[in-house]
Amino acid sequence: MTALTTALLALLVLCGAAAAISRNLFGSAMLLGTYSFVLAALWALWGGLDVAFTEAVVGAGVATIYFIALLWVTKHTVAPRPMRAQDGLLVVLAVALLAGGWWMLLGLPVWMDPLAPAQVHLSPEFLTRSLADTQTPNVVTSILADYRGFDTLMETTVIFTAAISCWLLGAGRE
Amino acid sequence: MLLPHASPIVRLTTRIAQPFLWLFGLYVLAHGHESPGGGFQAGTLLASSFILEAVSFGADAPFYSRMRAAAFRIAAAGILIYGGIGAITAFETWFLDYGALPLAWLEAPARRWWGIFGVETGVCLVVMAALVGIFDRLAEGAAR
Repeated sequence: MTALTTALLALLVLCGAAAAISRNLFGSAMLLGTYSFVLAALWALWGGLDVAFTEAVVGAGVATIYFIALLWVTKHTVAPRPMRAQDGLLVVLAVALLAGGWWMLLGLPVWMDPLAPAQVHLSPEFLTRSLADTQTPNVVTSILADYRGFDTLMETTVIFTAAISCWLLGAGRE
Repeated sequence: MLLPHASPIVRLTTRIAQPFLWLFGLYVLAHGHESPGGGFQAGTLLASSFILEAVSFGADAPFYSRMRAAAFRIAAAGILIYGGIGAITAFETWFLDYGALPLAWLEAPARRWWGIFGVETGVCLVVMAALVGIFDRLAEGAAR
């Protein structure tokens, strides 16, 4: 891991923590946008250009606009609230979730391990066969649009359904 | 109802940026076959150009107001384009087998290019219209 990725990862954690702690929601929205932008830079550094592009346009772009549009409706600040007995339970739950996530992380292959199952079985299969199978030079396109064309159709339908739900929610109030 | 932004700098910047956003969006859509990008990213870029216009020129901005009026139909048309290409190929061989498109005068790779381009265009339309529509709802809530 180079110094640049280490610095970006530290910035990522910093942005996420600051967005969660901040009492100013406008600042939180901006910090989450920065978080997505740093994440996009990290994906690009690691060679996942398609993921980086999507993260930049959706995470840093549209999601930030939606957060700010939501702040037009509500207030910019979080009102402080006294601690309650249930809060202790939430802390325990959060620690348990974190520990469980960390435990599952240990089961994953080591970062950039050339002998990880995905590198040994899936990647060579797609890289060697996709040009002959789909006659598409870009492996990502051939997987998304061809091998998994049905999956992409359903993803598009999900976005359509989300938009319809928003329209119906708005229509009911008029 | 969103009102135009007070600052002339914001409005001028939007006016300059918008055509480039369209050009970049269409480039990402058309070139997504060979490079990173594709329908989803292109749709998001195009939607952001309309949202930028709405933020600077208000809800009555020329392109944004037409887009939000037609958003539902455009999104439905996108799904129909995607599903329609699948249905056309389903009659020949199987669902979404782009090589089976009835474009006999083209080579197989070109048929697949047009098939995937058509499908990506459908995705682009759905994403663009859906994002503009959701923003429209949020902005209307703000004016209430």
